[in-house]
Amino acid sequence: MSEIIKVGMADLKVCSSPDGLTTLGLGSCVGIALRDPILKLGGLAHIMLPDSTAIRGGASNVPKFADTGIEELVRQMEALGAKRSRMTAKLAGGATMFATQSKSNLVKIGERNVEASKQKLAELKIPILSEDTGNTYGRTVIFYPETGEYVIRAVGKEQTVI
Amino acid sequence: MGDMSLEQVSASYMDVLKEIGNIGAGNAMTALSQMLQCKVDMKVPQVKLLEFNEVGALMGGEEQVMVGIYLAVEGDITGSIMFLVEKSSAKHLVNKVMMGYGVSEGDDFNEMEMSAMKEVSNIITGAYLNSLSTLTNLVIYPSPPDLAMDMAGAILSVPAIEFGIIGDNLLLIQSQFYDEVEIDGYFILIPDLESYGKILSSLGIM
Repeated sequence: MSEIIKVGMADLKVCSSPDGLTTLGLGSCVGIALRDPILKLGGLAHIMLPDSTAIRGGASNVPKFADTGIEELVRQMEALGAKRSRMTAKLAGGATMFATQSKSNLVKIGERNVEASKQKLAELKIPILSEDTGNTYGRTVIFYPETGEYVIRAVGKEQTVI
Repeated sequence: MGDMSLEQVSASYMDVLKEIGNIGAGNAMTALSQMLQCKVDMKVPQVKLLEFNEVGALMGGEEQVMVGIYLAVEGDITGSIMFLVEKSSAKHLVNKVMMGYGVSEGDDFNEMEMSAMKEVSNIITGAYLNSLSTLTNLVIYPSPPDLAMDMAGAILSVPAIEFGIIGDNLLLIQSQFYDEVEIDGYFILIPDLESYGKILSSLGIM
């Protein structure tokens, strides 16, 4: 029997086919799904903030940040035999939940999370196959390393697969 | 006083917040009861310091649809405040306020109901901030409220990210109140780091 493993907020997990990974209610956070298609090995990171270096003494919680979270996810997948040169990525989340998130350090935090994730993936030379980011609503995602399907659900919307 | 982490703050702050939460929620209920013209009871609010992962579960799961109200706070202290209530409870509240006029069928909110919900939240958060202001003698201005209706996890990502800048926990006040039905409301007060000290020292704690 396959299992769907839950990834919490500021958390990351790795699994292989036929298991899947899910994270519930992504808001301004971003869910980064990585896959090695040969091993059918996948990883999902639920990051909250763009940059660990911008936070004083912040890097202690590795999965919380786009830069350190993606690095750690790649490292854990490589430890299981995955090759970075084969990895592909899919992104979801980074919504703006409230129009008046007016505090200066949080303006467009969703957008900045997506931007930082893309930058880190580019640095690691991992191509992004598809994304469902931005907008103003929350998303639940399920990632299947078997097929690479990234299923996205939102309140009052049809389920989509990217 | 310099900056401190949420963990350092929290020991003394918890007690204070409990008290503020109690008085604030009490004031909010009085305001609500006046608006609804009926008696509203409440339980003693609970103050909880939670890890990010635990928050969604407390509210019935990350996918539980909630109404979230978010206001920025300015003045002597800066930060933001959020009030969350489960969607069906919110609908019940709105129904009461509108006295049955223009109320839509089912679980969804029409424009009129959205507007009424904002007004209810304005009164609840306003009363809450008012008691904080009175207790601390600090000037606190709220911004107009902003409303989102979505999964608990998605709404909570906003305060979680704000807390995430300073720590790995989130401070939350759960207040239950009821008229005919029980309504679970949650306040999340998110002062900027430098405002913690101001709140505590104005209360004579540091």
